[in-house]
Amino acid sequence: MSSTEVWKTPAELELAIQRMGAELSHLLETRGSNAPIMIGIHTGGVWVAERLHRKLGLGDPLGQLDISFYRDDFTRIGLHPQVRPSDLPVPLDDRHVILVDDVLQTGRTIRAALNVLFDYGRPASVVLATLAERDGRELPIEPNVVGLHARLQPGQQIKLTGPDPLELVLGQCPRKLLRKALASNPTDE
Amino acid sequence: MNRTNIQLDGQGNLKHFLTIEGLGRDLLTQILDKTEGFLMVARQAVKKVPLCRGKIVANLFFETSTRTRTTFELAAKRLSADVLNLNISTSATAKGETLLDTLRNLEAMHVDMFVVRHAESGAAHFIAAHADPHVSVINAGDGRHSHPTQGMLDMFTIRRHKGDFANLCVAVVGDILHSRVARSQLAALKGLGAGEVRVIAPRTLIPAEAGTLGARIFHDLREGVRDADVVILLRLQRERMRGALLPSEHEYFQLFGLTEERLSTAKPDAIVMHPGPINRGVEMDSQVADGPRSVILEQVSNGIAVRMAVMSMCIGTQNLQGQNHLDA
Repeated sequence: MSSTEVWKTPAELELAIQRMGAELSHLLETRGSNAPIMIGIHTGGVWVAERLHRKLGLGDPLGQLDISFYRDDFTRIGLHPQVRPSDLPVPLDDRHVILVDDVLQTGRTIRAALNVLFDYGRPASVVLATLAERDGRELPIEPNVVGLHARLQPGQQIKLTGPDPLELVLGQCPRKLLRKALASNPTDE
Repeated sequence: MNRTNIQLDGQGNLKHFLTIEGLGRDLLTQILDKTEGFLMVARQAVKKVPLCRGKIVANLFFETSTRTRTTFELAAKRLSADVLNLNISTSATAKGETLLDTLRNLEAMHVDMFVVRHAESGAAHFIAAHADPHVSVINAGDGRHSHPTQGMLDMFTIRRHKGDFANLCVAVVGDILHSRVARSQLAALKGLGAGEVRVIAPRTLIPAEAGTLGARIFHDLREGVRDADVVILLRLQRERMRGALLPSEHEYFQLFGLTEERLSTAKPDAIVMHPGPINRGVEMDSQVADGPRSVILEQVSNGIAVRMAVMSMCIGTQNLQGQNHLDA
């Protein structure tokens, strides 16, 4: 991103995560999902998940998921430069899983994350919690719990910086991505 | 940028993996870092990732191998590639087809990667130089020259146990003269900045150019392993020995075979490694091979992850080239 400004401050994010925690507890209770496991997606998703995990006081340790090996752009851009090991300390079979990510846009990351999960086991259910969501969905994927809804101009993007403090910054897409965004939605110009 | 390095594309990405030399610390470290991720695939219920779906990997083994061929095959399969195992010695080459004709035929079958083992030094390099631009080549051992994935799996194993290379003392024991594994290990240790590297061998099994290996040379095992953090044993390569380099395997064991007693001068937490296959009672006794400091079987598991990392990096680079063509 060439120029950046703060979109949401650490205090605002803290409040949003607080709300997400309450909504998650309510959702899990309604569904009767006992003893859920929480899994964050590298890297921003793990930062958000660490905070949610503390708030919900979950018994099992937090899992971490890397989706590099399941990305759908490997055939275009090769192996992601930063591969981190996934760490799922508890078997997933028949467990209720809370998947946590930072920003939901196209839905492709979540598609990949679900594929990783199912190569580790067969969870009883999966719910998705994201700190923020924005326009640009390319797959039929919607979060169950959302902290913030972003309404952005074409070419703008938000990115989570962290891990401490957490901050959502607003910036411009690299020019190549912007061209693509405008081409797919020319009336926005 | 090293423009003459056939292993790299124009942007410095790994295209072929032929030798450790000339890759630089950043790229070697990148391979080790990526391997950490691939190690976790073995923990999955479905031990497979979809990275190389639709790619074809041909194992061209002109020399026999069990461990290396099997782990390359498993690595390719865990990346979801399709694997062809060609036992060249019993196939077309025996009917008079030249190596290049064999290559052209495989390329016509749209093979994306060759994994090559050959008794001649430079064979993998030759194939990389003559293969189609969209094909990657991985050296699985060429003559006495190089066995880079073995070198990197050894480095990965060392890093997992010992962390940073800068403060380490690593001793390589045995048949340095005939060992492509030793050459790759020494190059990798140098490239990653190991603190002190030693080679320990009888005078007849150290190459004349030993001084250029960047290692201290010892002819006494006990002296050589003193205070070492890592002791790597090499297999005695009887099949490559010509003439009387050794009186007998028995006498070799008497002088250079590793026993618990001889290992006692190394650091208390030293690890013992061997690329396999082990000759028990020649390079080491069973007490050491099966003992608590041996990480030999871990090396085998790590070998699969290292090969997955290198294969996916090379195939990923091919994808970039394809993309550049489309953009142009």
